[in-house]
Amino acid sequence: MDSIFFYIVAATAVISGILVVGCKNPINSALSLIMTFFSLATLYVMLDAPFMAAIQVIVYAGAIMVLIVFVIMLLNIRIESGKRYMHTRVMGAILGAVVLIETLYVIMRPASQNLTGGKGPVDAAMVLNVGHTELIGRALFTDYLLPFEITSILLLVAIVGAVLLAKRKV
Amino acid sequence: MENGMIFLGLPVAYYIAMIAKVLVVFVCVLLTVAYATWAERKLIGHMQVRIGPKRVGPFGLLQPIADGLKLFFKEEIVPAQASTFAFLLAPLIALIPAFIAFAVIPFGGTIEVGGYKLPLQIAGYIADQPSGKVIDLNVGVLYILALASLGVYGIVLAGWSSNSKYSLLGGLRASAQIVSYELAAGLAIVSVFLMSGSLSLQQIVADQAGGVANWYFIRQPFAFVAFIVYFICSLAEINRTPFDLPEAETELVSGFGTEYSSMKYAMFFMAEYANMITVCAVTVTLFLGGWHEPIPQVVSIGGWEFYLSWANFVIKVYFLIFVCMWIRATYPRYRYDQLMALGWKFFLPLTLLCVVGTGAVVYFFPNGFWGALFS
Repeated sequence: MDSIFFYIVAATAVISGILVVGCKNPINSALSLIMTFFSLATLYVMLDAPFMAAIQVIVYAGAIMVLIVFVIMLLNIRIESGKRYMHTRVMGAILGAVVLIETLYVIMRPASQNLTGGKGPVDAAMVLNVGHTELIGRALFTDYLLPFEITSILLLVAIVGAVLLAKRKV
Repeated sequence: MENGMIFLGLPVAYYIAMIAKVLVVFVCVLLTVAYATWAERKLIGHMQVRIGPKRVGPFGLLQPIADGLKLFFKEEIVPAQASTFAFLLAPLIALIPAFIAFAVIPFGGTIEVGGYKLPLQIAGYIADQPSGKVIDLNVGVLYILALASLGVYGIVLAGWSSNSKYSLLGGLRASAQIVSYELAAGLAIVSVFLMSGSLSLQQIVADQAGGVANWYFIRQPFAFVAFIVYFICSLAEINRTPFDLPEAETELVSGFGTEYSSMKYAMFFMAEYANMITVCAVTVTLFLGGWHEPIPQVVSIGGWEFYLSWANFVIKVYFLIFVCMWIRATYPRYRYDQLMALGWKFFLPLTLLCVVGTGAVVYFFPNGFWGALFS
């Protein structure tokens, strides 16, 4: 039952991922991307990580994609311009090949070195007893406090920079 | 648990109860949507010294059915230059999140059917029957926030796909407004997290048991501010008056819905009312004690708890819906720059203050704020 559901969700994710780059209309691409995020959120739920799923939907599908759709609407782009440049295709092919080789390398490794075989300090029993949200919160605000704060400052700097660039008189 | 058939690891009774709960809640919400339109016209009518609908049925009670039939038999028109797929998809995206948010809202206590305990919450179940401990989605509040953030796509897509100036402007306004106010509404809920220490709606409601003094909105001063801010920001998020700029008819005809006709228009209309009911139900659950009664000793009479628990919830939700309509009859519409300034320069800093303040009160007064203040 679980694996059938997984294949349905995975197929949806892959197909909508292909549609993101395949659609001519930018809004349809954006919608496909939202679909991909949703499929990923479903996969997180299946991995007993509902917090990640909720954040995935709130942040990516709910906030970032709304901004992207907003910009597409504001510029009122109907159809992507007909020109397709050769060098973008070559670069895309090279990058795609690199990612494919990396993925294959990870999958083909023996099971002992497998990424999914490696065990961290958190196991399934802990997630069920303590709770997924509590574990993330505790890790984020104790062990990884400094990276967390640095990331927030980085985002703040980005916001200030964007305001400075966008507004002529500050 | 021990008797009865097992299907996919759960007793069959569980599935039957689940389907029954879904049907009951769905029908109740649909009926409330239909009659909220009637109540709103009637209420605003009387507030403006008019009578409101009265021709169809006694007191105009059949008006929603007549309206539904009228909209159903109107001609379906899709503009020639519209993006057909997005145009057809938009009303559905607007309507569905409003309804499925009800899956996690606990609308009553636990009832017993044939010796099998059932929680009155669609997404809740009791695995351990003797103790009666309800297990529900442990990120219920985030689920509601996630759905609220998806409702905007319906409006945005409607605005964009119609290929009309009014629709596009309405859609742009709506997306900017919803994204702005979502932030303040989400931060206002953080106060609730701080007080409850949980994201599960069952636990948030359980924590508010024992009379009106335990309800979150009155537990400490910052929580009251958070409650008011959350309610106002939610009104803005669902485009209710005084924040209904996306469909300001004096400037934008009908905003994002200009090009829609027939059932597709009705779906946007239903989405607006369903959103209002959802927001009121969420506010009741988070701040107004959920399904708990205001004075526990007086109303806890043997055998009546089952009726009281959901009746409490329904009364509170209907009262908030009444407040929404009252606000609509009272206030004029905001101007767009005022709306944005209010959201970003007033509500957002205020909610940040609420987060800090609530956290400080929870930390320094672990045994309750008012008790420590008056002893």
